Amino acid sequence: MVPPVAPATGRIVRPLGPVVIEIEQVTKLYRMGEEVIHALRGVGLRIHRNEYLAIMGPSGSGKSTLMNMLGCLDTPTAGRYDFNGKNVAHMDDDELAEIRNREIGFVFQTFNLLPRSDALHNVELPLIYAGVHKHERRERALRALDHVGLGQRVHHKPNELSGGQRQRVAIARALINNPSIILADEPTGNLDSRTGEEIMALFEELYRQGNTIIVVTHEEDIAHHARRIVRLRDGLIESDVASA
Amino acid sequence: MSRLYFEFNESLRIAFAQIRANKMRSALTALGVIIGIVAVTLMGTAINGIDRGFQNSLSMLGDDILYVQKWPWGPVEDWWNYVGRPSIKNEHAAPLNRIIQSTPGSLLEVAVPCVSQTGSVKKNDNKVSNVYILGTTAEFARISNVDYREGRLFTETEASAGRLVCVLGYDVAEALFPGRSPLGDTVAIDGQPYTVIGVLVKQGAFLGLFSFDNQAVIPLNAYKRYYSARRDSELRVKITDKNRMSEAREELVGAMRRVRSQLPGERDNFSINEQQAFKSQLDPVKSGIAMVGLFITGLSLFVGAIGIMNITFVSVKERTKEIGTRKALGARRRTILLQFLIEAVAICMVGGVVGLALTSGVCLAIRAAMPSFPVVFSFNLVLVSLSVSVVTGVVSGFVPAWGASRLDPVEALRYE
Repeated sequence: MVPPVAPATGRIVRPLGPVVIEIEQVTKLYRMGEEVIHALRGVGLRIHRNEYLAIMGPSGSGKSTLMNMLGCLDTPTAGRYDFNGKNVAHMDDDELAEIRNREIGFVFQTFNLLPRSDALHNVELPLIYAGVHKHERRERALRALDHVGLGQRVHHKPNELSGGQRQRVAIARALINNPSIILADEPTGNLDSRTGEEIMALFEELYRQGNTIIVVTHEEDIAHHARRIVRLRDGLIESDVASA
Repeated sequence: MSRLYFEFNESLRIAFAQIRANKMRSALTALGVIIGIVAVTLMGTAINGIDRGFQNSLSMLGDDILYVQKWPWGPVEDWWNYVGRPSIKNEHAAPLNRIIQSTPGSLLEVAVPCVSQTGSVKKNDNKVSNVYILGTTAEFARISNVDYREGRLFTETEASAGRLVCVLGYDVAEALFPGRSPLGDTVAIDGQPYTVIGVLVKQGAFLGLFSFDNQAVIPLNAYKRYYSARRDSELRVKITDKNRMSEAREELVGAMRRVRSQLPGERDNFSINEQQAFKSQLDPVKSGIAMVGLFITGLSLFVGAIGIMNITFVSVKERTKEIGTRKALGARRRTILLQFLIEAVAICMVGGVVGLALTSGVCLAIRAAMPSFPVVFSFNLVLVSLSVSVVTGVVSGFVPAWGASRLDPVEALRYE
């Protein structure tokens, strides 16, 4: 389902690009002792380049499972998952690591920065795994930090930064490899509401610059920054609408 | 390829950051390895030392000398087969040498009679007891490879005349003439006055039991005058080519049988001894000591390795979330494996280097305190102990690191 362009709010909606993610009839089973949990019961979703999408749902709705799947941290039990036209449903660990490294930028609720490394090294990390040379790494990391407004804080360790600044470092890290999608899991969950708004403003800016963003959240306020909201319940998509 | 290099660098960086961040923990873990490495390398040094001492002792016997004696070296169970043998006489030397000279291409060079017993050497009020008194001929110079600190051996003339001259072992000379040369001076050997004409260099003790420096060499004819002629002699036979020892031995057996006029079919009534006899008896003892020693000290290294394994498990556990994050950012299995392996190896390497430093310190101390103990601290030992510590790190770090590399990223990210 494709969201309509130019909703009533008058916000900028970028024209859709080619399809990045396409999943069809995806199911995921977990075995918890004797019990089998159906985390996803047949989910289909198509996400285009230049989309800004929120995935919502109460806990236990399969929201986290879907996010892990979209982020190639996990593979479906059954169903099809194409990422940029490549079937990732049956890839092994290392192939998935490669996709995550090049195509996906993660932003976590708890920031997940390396505590003993400065901002610069944290941002560089995905480039190390991509095999980029030191000078280029440094240059790109500095640019990314500048981009999120932390050009003056590159040698600060995470514990010398505020929560909002830490999340900006994480966002710079997510952007560093020019990923196809940015996948943010409750990005404002550990921030006060004002800082949260600042982070959402940054996402808005990134969206306008042409990034594809998926935000997983349970907060309506946050979800409404997105242009499209997918709601899950009991492992199924309940609704998929343009954001008002 | 460059990616692997960057990952390697990153792993090194993490490893040292980790060690810095957990100084106490890393130090204690390294201590286990240090103790292990010190134990193993000290043991290795000691074994080398024993081996070296053993070689030194054997070379005192001469590796190109065959000893013709009544009894074989080493334990004898059927003593009744030997006890009835006729004694080896000094007089056998002359016919034996004639046979040697008349044999073209003989592998034997010369036979020298030697007879010995213990006695005392005295100078004024100084007396050394239990000195090994060796009576021999001037030919002794040809079979002995010992250097002279000063002086010389007696000459043919002095020997056949039975002149009362002697060559003293190093310790005897030092005890009787501390700090001065005994040459030309007179000592009393079992009451008879001998003029000192030579002093041997220091040789050390044979297998730590019998000192070659505690001897006095006198002419055989002088010996015969003052000591019992009933004692067994021995003939020391120098061979021309020590690589053809067994052929030379065969030849010597034949020659001795002729000297002794033994009939065909009769059993040899003498024994031919050589240093090899000691070697073949002591080698198993030596390797037994080495194996047991290395096994026991290896256990302490094993305990150190368990410490490393344990700390790597802890490290993996407490950084589960970091592993999840790294995987989310594109770290592959081998990256994570490498990271923790390098961390384990780094601690082991630190332990290895410190252990090695301690060992070399101990070796220097031993050498300073006991100069006679042959301590051998070799460059090989450096290589061995460093590679042992690396292997220890790899082996003990592997299981936890492997576990870390296999972690499910979803689970790892959720871990608190």
